[in-house]
Amino acid sequence: MERTTLDLWVGIFVVGGIAALVMLAMKVGNLGTYNVSESYQVHAYFSNIGGLKPKASIKSAGVLVGRVTDITLDMDRYEAKVLMSLDSRYHFSKDTSAKILTSGLLGEQYIGLEVGGEEEMLKSGDEMTMTQSAVVLEDLIGKFLFSKAQESAN
Amino acid sequence: MPAARAIREIGHRAINAVWRIGMATRFFVLILMYSGNSFRRFHLIIKELFSTGVMSLIIIIVAGLFVGMVLGLQGYETLKRYGSESALGVMVALGLVRELGPVVAALLFASRAGSAMTAEIGLMKATEQISAMEMMAVNPIARIVAPRFWAGVISMPFLAAMFSAVGVFGGYFVGVVQIGVDEGSFWSQMQAAVDFREDIMNGVLKSFVFGTVVTVIALYEGYDAPPTAEGVSGATTRTVVTSSLAILMLDFILTAIMFRGN
Repeated sequence: MERTTLDLWVGIFVVGGIAALVMLAMKVGNLGTYNVSESYQVHAYFSNIGGLKPKASIKSAGVLVGRVTDITLDMDRYEAKVLMSLDSRYHFSKDTSAKILTSGLLGEQYIGLEVGGEEEMLKSGDEMTMTQSAVVLEDLIGKFLFSKAQESAN
Repeated sequence: MPAARAIREIGHRAINAVWRIGMATRFFVLILMYSGNSFRRFHLIIKELFSTGVMSLIIIIVAGLFVGMVLGLQGYETLKRYGSESALGVMVALGLVRELGPVVAALLFASRAGSAMTAEIGLMKATEQISAMEMMAVNPIARIVAPRFWAGVISMPFLAAMFSAVGVFGGYFVGVVQIGVDEGSFWSQMQAAVDFREDIMNGVLKSFVFGTVVTVIALYEGYDAPPTAEGVSGATTRTVVTSSLAILMLDFILTAIMFRGN
């Protein structure tokens, strides 16, 4: 086969391969949704994080504003310390509360932020003091059974 | 004594297997040593890229499409029982990108391009073309083997990526267009679950390893084939059998290393 047609076909092959990789990265993978803008770090303590995992999304009013970067157990308080990186386009007041929520009945867990009324804004390294832990199904059932038992005793 | 003879036979086979692995490794090192020349004459690699990569495109794309469509169909049937059809995209994409893309593409590559490589080099040896090259002071490993090796190593990740990409569209076609899974949740859940570094790059790394192993096996079997018609046919069979088994075993090891604890 002639050299130029050979080069053309191999060129098509390589371009097709790279296009497939880019398509996988952008459309199938999460590279297209990665935050390229700058971010700042805040942390919060939760008494129970349930099934929250690193890279879980952080949403405010349903809008993705950041990601969980790290989860550790704080040995002084015996609570989970969750590091979050928030998009620096968004600012939240100091008394913002963080809740661990579940998307759908069996979906992934994420952190929902609810903005308070304070004037001062969260800066890098700050702590969110108002937190609400994940709902653990066993605890919920336990409470329900306990209240039922009390009802029948009365 | 028949028992002693049987044990001797096992020992003989074990020694033979280890010997062949050792020779293949030495052959691999030789290829790497003489690769510099083939990069200087890059058109040799391009010619081989055409016959290994471009000519494998059709089988890879058609197979990827059908594997993706079957995944979509079977995944829907199973996920429907748990009311989570919207996770179909996650299942199709993770299955293809992590496992089926690299593995099935490598198996197809071994039988489509690997066997051709073995037969070609085996016949070159049988018709004494390789000896003729040595007579002319042309190193056959640098001139014939190394370009084929690099063509295989370069084309395998591309083929696996195309297999996965086409497969995802196959799954999309069956799941969303035919069955009617919600399009938004198909793509968005997929994007939330598939990580670029964890899943896609590990899949690429896998296919790179498979490409290296398949081409080394194919080239070694061809170079080592007895120079007879029977010898070349036996070497071609061995290429397909050995490289398929090597792909599947290596895949288990790589998966255990890459995705442990996730």
